[in-house]
Amino acid sequence: MTWRPRLAEGTAPVLVVLLLLLVGLAIVGPAYDEPSGYLALLKRAAPLMILAIGQYFVIVSGGFDLSVGALVTAGVVIAARLIDGDESATTPVILLVLGFGVLVGLLNGLITTKLLVPSFIVTLGMLLVLDGATFLWTDGAPRGALSAGFRTFGRGALDVPLLGEIPWSVLILLAILVAAALFMRSGTGRALVAAGDNEAAVRMSGGQVDRLRLLGFVLSGLLAAVAAILLGGFAGVSAQVGSGLEFRAITAVVLGGVLLGGGRGSVVAAAAGALSLEALFTLLNLLGVSGALESAVQGLIIIAAVAYASLGGGLRQRLRLRPKQCNTVQPAPS
Amino acid sequence: MTKRWALLAAAGVLALAGCSSDLPEDSNPGGGSSGSDTRKSEFFDQAEYDRQLKFRDATPQGPEGKPWEQMLEPEMVDTTKFAKTGGKYTLCFSNAAVDNPWRQVGFKTMQQEVKLHPEIGDFVVLDAEAKDDKQISDIQSLTGRNCSAIIISPNTTATLTPAVEQACGTGVPVIVFDRGVNTSCPVTFIHPIGGFAFGANGAEFLKEKVKPGGKVLALRILPGVDVLEQRWAAANEIFAGSELDVVGVEFTDGDAAKTKSIVADYIQREGEINGVWMDAGATAVAAVEAFQDAGVEVPAFVGEDQQDFLRLWVDEGLNAVAPTYPTYQWRTPVIAAVKILKGEQVPKEWVLPQPRITSDNVRQYVQQEMPPLHYAMCGCETMPGYPGPWK
Repeated sequence: MTWRPRLAEGTAPVLVVLLLLLVGLAIVGPAYDEPSGYLALLKRAAPLMILAIGQYFVIVSGGFDLSVGALVTAGVVIAARLIDGDESATTPVILLVLGFGVLVGLLNGLITTKLLVPSFIVTLGMLLVLDGATFLWTDGAPRGALSAGFRTFGRGALDVPLLGEIPWSVLILLAILVAAALFMRSGTGRALVAAGDNEAAVRMSGGQVDRLRLLGFVLSGLLAAVAAILLGGFAGVSAQVGSGLEFRAITAVVLGGVLLGGGRGSVVAAAAGALSLEALFTLLNLLGVSGALESAVQGLIIIAAVAYASLGGGLRQRLRLRPKQCNTVQPAPS
Repeated sequence: MTKRWALLAAAGVLALAGCSSDLPEDSNPGGGSSGSDTRKSEFFDQAEYDRQLKFRDATPQGPEGKPWEQMLEPEMVDTTKFAKTGGKYTLCFSNAAVDNPWRQVGFKTMQQEVKLHPEIGDFVVLDAEAKDDKQISDIQSLTGRNCSAIIISPNTTATLTPAVEQACGTGVPVIVFDRGVNTSCPVTFIHPIGGFAFGANGAEFLKEKVKPGGKVLALRILPGVDVLEQRWAAANEIFAGSELDVVGVEFTDGDAAKTKSIVADYIQREGEINGVWMDAGATAVAAVEAFQDAGVEVPAFVGEDQQDFLRLWVDEGLNAVAPTYPTYQWRTPVIAAVKILKGEQVPKEWVLPQPRITSDNVRQYVQQEMPPLHYAMCGCETMPGYPGPWK
């Protein structure tokens, strides 16, 4: 195997964007003169960053996971109903929510790899199934309540020596980010990227493409469950908590320079993309721009990223992604 | 070639961020203060506003302690032509949706109300799932079903008007409640006082409790929905005539996390917020938590009658008010239908009282055993089977 994944590709631009946004925040918001302001931003961005890391695993291996938003909602609603304010139920329910995330990821992965249904369709179906099931189960109004223990992870902070109060969600995020970065440097991580870039090559060199993709979906489901715990903790029970998060996570990942269709991009850049997106929305809010612009901005980022992927990625990439189309369209020599 | 496109795309993304940041300077010179003090909402209707504010002080007619049977300044109409002897009515109901806690609580209350009337033999319900086209076909299908009376809770006003007119044309008594339609053909139109009174109740509270020049943050769910627009139009009117400084008007999409983030941003940006106005209370708890988590005192708050907010209010001793859009109005259409089918008079426009909860009476509305999103003003506490179906 002479091919080597370029993990750092796309990291530099997003870091520049992030830096510009953070400087913008420092100029506009007086709260960003001190580290605590940035810590608050990081705390708020943590669930999206974790979702983006999960989404990265799926996208880089050549798929999509549209089910994460609905999974977050389901996780929060299930937790509230089962805990129902009972402190002693916290730990088992947290484990159950994580298990549920793994299960949904496993289903997404198995249907995609074994039944050969495109992941876009599988996870879109899963989104609808989860949304519908959540609605049916709750009758549209979530019941029960989360315990204070459950909410600690999204709301509370840990007193770290020397550093002071660090929100739990930031600590969890850092742990996940470090683990993800290490994983992507391992052989399995590199093979995951390779599976998204050139499936046939991985297969011929003895790699288990299906198993790799399955792993991507399971990780995405698990991290969506973690995000659900943080989001539920941050703001409490709501049946809208996860709506639109899937697109936000995908936007974050492509903003991080990860190629839609797989094969290129780094996980740290994906997380930085999520932080940039959150910083951008915070900046817009501080400037007094209507929140309605958020979806428009997200849409433009996705379109720009896809345009970049299909043009900037070179025609070779396009040939591989859409072999049928290219038979009819004669590509101009580059 | 690859490099050139990469540069172009990167420039595009940067330009995009740049463009977005430039926008407010053009459209919104005051930074956050979204021109609310100067511009009247297109949804503002002075005559209707005055009428609703007058209704708030009117003494309702009807049995004491049963606001769902009370009426404000009714003009009774004769219904003898609809009288049906022999009982065993088939009551039909075309419901706009049951997609939020308010409609959930209301619909459950309505189902229990039906059980209180032995004259009703059959209760047929079609749920339009918040789709106009489905509700139009629902109403058409009900007109062919031998209904004794048809109750309609319209999804939207203008689109459903022809369907309601068609139902009226079949000669079956039609009862409309909650949102209205642009026709007077229904026998009665049942609704609480309305959105202007709701918005005014909250805004007047802030005008009274927040010191002049105090900073008020207004949180709205989404634009363009007439019920919600009326609430804001009334509040806007009152804020404009006050010395309060409305530092922001934000849309939350009814999302708790987004609400909390927005409020946290405003606390950071403004240093302090002295009052929060909301057009609906579903995310009030998240907004209060933003103040708690920021370690600042919770200011004067406008919420709604959901249990989670009422409990927080009592536990934390908040300075708050809860205008209500009472869910007990779901009982009234059933009562009206039975009256009409017995040939008893009903008001042409059945305006129900619209109480508000204040710090003086909040304790009586806290029901510890009910779910957090339950609406206290359901008028269902004395119904048989309470609290089972509402849990």
